Amino acid sequence: MQSIPEVLRTIPLTHYILFSSALFCIGILGVLTRRNAIIVFMAIELMLNAVNLLLAAFSSYYADPAGQIFVFFIMAVAAAEVAVGLAIIVMIYRNIQSIDIGVLNKIKN
Amino acid sequence: MSLFYLIPLLPFLGFAINGLAFPKLSKSVAGIIGTIPPLVAFALSLQLFLNFDGQAQIYTLAEWIKVGNLSIPFEFQVDQLSLLMLLIITGVGTLIHVYSMGYMAHDAGFGKFFAFLNLFVFFMLILVLGANFTVLFIGWEGVGLCSYLLIGFWNQKNSYGDAARKAFIMNRIGDLGFLVGIFLLIQNFNTTSYSVIFQEIAAGNVPENVGLIAFCLFIGAMGKSAQIPLFTWLPDAMAGPTPVSALIHAATMVTAGIYMVIRANVIFELSPEVLHFVGWIGLATALLGAAIGLFQNDIKKVLAYSTVSQLGYMFMGLGASAYTASFFHVMTHAFFKALLFLGAGSVIHAMSDEQDIRKMGGLKSKMPITYITFLLGTIAIAGIPPFAGFFSKDEILAHLYHHDFAMWCLAIVGSALTSFYMFRVFILTFFGDFRGTEAQAHHLHESPISMTFPLMVLAVLSVVGGLINLPHFAGGNEFLAHWLAPILPASGEASEVSFLSLEMGAPLLAAFLPAFFAIYLFGVQKSVPAADESITGIQKVIYNKFYIDELYDVIIVKPISVLGNFCSQVVEFLVIDLIVEGVGRIVAYASTEFRRIQTGNVGYYIFVMVLSIAVILAVSLRTWIL
Amino acid sequence: MLLLFILLFPLVLGAGLMLAKPSKPFAIALAGSIIEATAIAYALCPAESANLQFSQAWIPEAGISFTLWIDGINGILIGLTGLLIPFIIASTSNSDKSKNASYLGLILAMQTALLGAFLAKDAFLFYFFFEASLLPIYFLAAQYGGENRTAITFKFFVYTLFGSLFLLIALIYVYLRTPGETHSADIETLYLTARNLSAEHQGFLFLAFFIAFAIKMPVFPFHTWQPDTYTTSPVQGSMLLGGIMLKMGTYGMIRLVIPMFPLGIAQWGLSVSILAIIGIIYGSVIAIQQKDAKRLLAYSSFAHVGLMAAGIMTQSVDGIQGALYQMLSHGINLVGLFFVIEVIERRTKTRELAQLGGITQSSYVLTVAFIVLSLGSVALPLTNGFIGEFLLLKSVFDQEMYLGIISGITIILGAVYTLRLIQKSIFGNVSKVTKDFEDLLLGEKLVLIPLILLVILGGLFPQYVLSYSAASVEKLVALLN
Repeated sequence: MQSIPEVLRTIPLTHYILFSSALFCIGILGVLTRRNAIIVFMAIELMLNAVNLLLAAFSSYYADPAGQIFVFFIMAVAAAEVAVGLAIIVMIYRNIQSIDIGVLNKIKN
Repeated sequence: MSLFYLIPLLPFLGFAINGLAFPKLSKSVAGIIGTIPPLVAFALSLQLFLNFDGQAQIYTLAEWIKVGNLSIPFEFQVDQLSLLMLLIITGVGTLIHVYSMGYMAHDAGFGKFFAFLNLFVFFMLILVLGANFTVLFIGWEGVGLCSYLLIGFWNQKNSYGDAARKAFIMNRIGDLGFLVGIFLLIQNFNTTSYSVIFQEIAAGNVPENVGLIAFCLFIGAMGKSAQIPLFTWLPDAMAGPTPVSALIHAATMVTAGIYMVIRANVIFELSPEVLHFVGWIGLATALLGAAIGLFQNDIKKVLAYSTVSQLGYMFMGLGASAYTASFFHVMTHAFFKALLFLGAGSVIHAMSDEQDIRKMGGLKSKMPITYITFLLGTIAIAGIPPFAGFFSKDEILAHLYHHDFAMWCLAIVGSALTSFYMFRVFILTFFGDFRGTEAQAHHLHESPISMTFPLMVLAVLSVVGGLINLPHFAGGNEFLAHWLAPILPASGEASEVSFLSLEMGAPLLAAFLPAFFAIYLFGVQKSVPAADESITGIQKVIYNKFYIDELYDVIIVKPISVLGNFCSQVVEFLVIDLIVEGVGRIVAYASTEFRRIQTGNVGYYIFVMVLSIAVILAVSLRTWIL
Repeated sequence: MLLLFILLFPLVLGAGLMLAKPSKPFAIALAGSIIEATAIAYALCPAESANLQFSQAWIPEAGISFTLWIDGINGILIGLTGLLIPFIIASTSNSDKSKNASYLGLILAMQTALLGAFLAKDAFLFYFFFEASLLPIYFLAAQYGGENRTAITFKFFVYTLFGSLFLLIALIYVYLRTPGETHSADIETLYLTARNLSAEHQGFLFLAFFIAFAIKMPVFPFHTWQPDTYTTSPVQGSMLLGGIMLKMGTYGMIRLVIPMFPLGIAQWGLSVSILAIIGIIYGSVIAIQQKDAKRLLAYSSFAHVGLMAAGIMTQSVDGIQGALYQMLSHGINLVGLFFVIEVIERRTKTRELAQLGGITQSSYVLTVAFIVLSLGSVALPLTNGFIGEFLLLKSVFDQEMYLGIISGITIILGAVYTLRLIQKSIFGNVSKVTKDFEDLLLGEKLVLIPLILLVILGGLFPQYVLSYSAASVEKLVALLN
């Protein structure tokens, strides 16, 4: 039975890097282009997960558990963030009947 | 504490009581409270005078200003000069207080008036008693203040207020000069005490800039004693009640400049150029004042210009180092000019405040005492022997004759003018037919005893005042010259003269001929000066005082107010504030420009954030990669 | 501890007034300020002040301590503050301000800030109070002021704050050069450090300090906030500003600039004197043209301060003593004159000179007070103004004759605008608004009469004050040689 780090190491590191970068870029593009607040939120999660994946990969390649601990931290924070963020989005929707971030320019004035 | 301190203190107490209790005190009580202090002060001064042993006494009261190693105490000096001034101030002052009780009897501000008069006497006494230039300066400015308050006594009238301000401000111009003189003295001697400074100079410690010191001090005298160019306030000062004109603007305050120059004669003697200047300024003022006086129709204005002119004579005397003669003229002038002013006041009182001599005439029979005393005053000022004015003026002229012949000739001309305009006023007022209104004619009366008594006393003094310094050739013993000798530089006696010489004859002719001419013109021919509108030519120029007031207005007053407006409206807002506000504007402008970046679009913010992260990454990775 | 009490008592009382809003705030505030004045008088007795010093570590890591002291120089200003605040509070009597607890509380809070700046022996403490004093005066002016108050007060606030920044930077610069691990901000240490800096550095530092103090005083051309602020502030605000607060600027010049930057003064002193003297003439000439009485006083104050600045820049005993004395007299006279104008404004609802006149016919005490205070302001001998102005002019004259003569013109122009003020407001004929002018009420008389007495006593017995500060000033000047 192979340990999980060993399984992870079966795929070359470059692949992880490329894949994570691709995910991260998709996340960025999602944040930049989409106007629906929930989708923007999901795109942010995507970026976080890209980072998580990379951390896990490096952690196993360098045999350093710190990376995996970080992953757990990030997941916990992300969960909290989602909870708060979604609550905010719900409040915004109740107020302006929309979750289009283009409408959220009240700060300008 | 010696009794001496009571002399200035009493008038101050009078001022304090009358001033504090002014609205409540009844007139008779206020009058008595006001009159007693100068009277007692006069008695005390007389006692000091009689017991004087020839040794100057210095009373140091307390430290006043002590900074670093400069120390200026309140100190007072009793010597020959201050004693005589004391007598004049308190003596004439008392008479004028008595006179005021009658003159101001119907005025609502009676108590206030006496308070101011007492305050004036107080400051005048400080002026002459001070033993250093700074204490003198207290009195110097203080009398200016009282002059301001009294000229503007009837302050409801704006023109009176303007006259008062003019007097104060012109005096202040002189005071600045005086103050600079004090600073120079402090620089050189580190003290302002007369005794120290004069001793230092006597010991040969003469400062290099002694001429400048003398000049600065003289600027102060110009302001206070109404000399060219600072003389225009004095005629305007006639806005004050007549007793004020008599006391302040004839007998005492305006002679403070002469007093000061005599006091500082040690300094002035060291700078012949300044003395020369003093003499010529005096001459120019004497002529100008006399010339303007020729055509004035306001009885007080004539007397005012005559005062300007007589002060000019005194300065001429000083310029010729004839200190005794000048002081002699100060004394006799105090008598006869106070007399003339009070006489004029008596006339004005009777005429229900009419001051125009064209509306008077024939008052001789209605007001005999005023008439006779005014006549005596006129003769005295015209310089007709053996009245007081003759001796004093003649002494100045005699010194001038030996000092500078050109000045002497011009002074004779001035003397002739004086004689003419004084007799003109006298004849127009008291002779001929009455030219006023019915109501005025009906109201004409001789003034009450409180007013005529001072007139009589002053008339006697104007007649016999000359005796105090009667020259040897007239059988006198030159008391004044001997009395003042210790504080004056040793000077050659004026040489003996005979009545037949040019030196003696010309002044006599200058006194008599114009007088006869005036009597002929206005008494016999009964001509009356023309109405204001019909005056033309040179006469109009003179009548309008050579337009000197207008000139000052154009070259000083207007530019300052234009400058003020320019500063407050242009410099203040367009230059300075523009720079200050400009800084604010730039910040505000920049912030509106930068605000445009803040679109409020969340997507845009995220884009900027990502871009910035990318840039930061690129920059930091660059060094890492290379 | 006495000093700490003196410093904090007004603040505590003021905060109490603001929070508790008692029903008789005026009586409490006045009584408090009198207690404070008594405490200050006690502290100022020469025998006392020598051994009064309160010291407590404040930020020990940075060598900054909370040290209060009294010497001959700040003693005068502390005395001035203690003396004037009761008058300023009393001047609210008979107006609705006397029922406003917050208003009176702000005045008391202001007293603490002012006293703090004067008492501080630590430069950062000085700076702290220098800035803190802006807050109460800001609220006084911005909440209770007249027309256009927000913009004007804002300008004043930002302007002074802007100047103070330079002070802070320069202060830190010198502070970092003090010896020791933790450095020290003690004034005497700063003296020694700053004096050893190079001439070039001292020049820059001098300018930085000068800008801060010049704005506060104000010196030409940093004055444009002042006339507006004086005019718009409620009268007690103007009294605080003109009577005491501007003295923080002159005090700072004497306390910090003179002993710290002798080489800086050597470079810039003459230029500063010239600016100050331009200010004297400029302020006077403008004052002559003013139509609003309060604005006229603002410009006259500006002119007077110019002379103080010029006197201080002479670095001589006469000049500094004269400036100290003049600060005292100027405070008394200005507070009195502001109050006279306030009394007139309460009755006539205007300060326009053209609309006033003839008041002397209905109010004798007001006339006397107005004239005496004005005479003090034009420096007539035997009034307090003369002593200061005499010494200041003498010092400037000794330094540079022509400058002395030019600044002497102030005694002429001062007479011109002051007499014009008197003439237009209380002499002349009664106008529509002054027809039914009421005589002074008792409360108003009780403010004015002691002030008149102070004007005259100040002119007769300057020696008590001059000798109080003499030793300290001589010590300060001796530092320069």
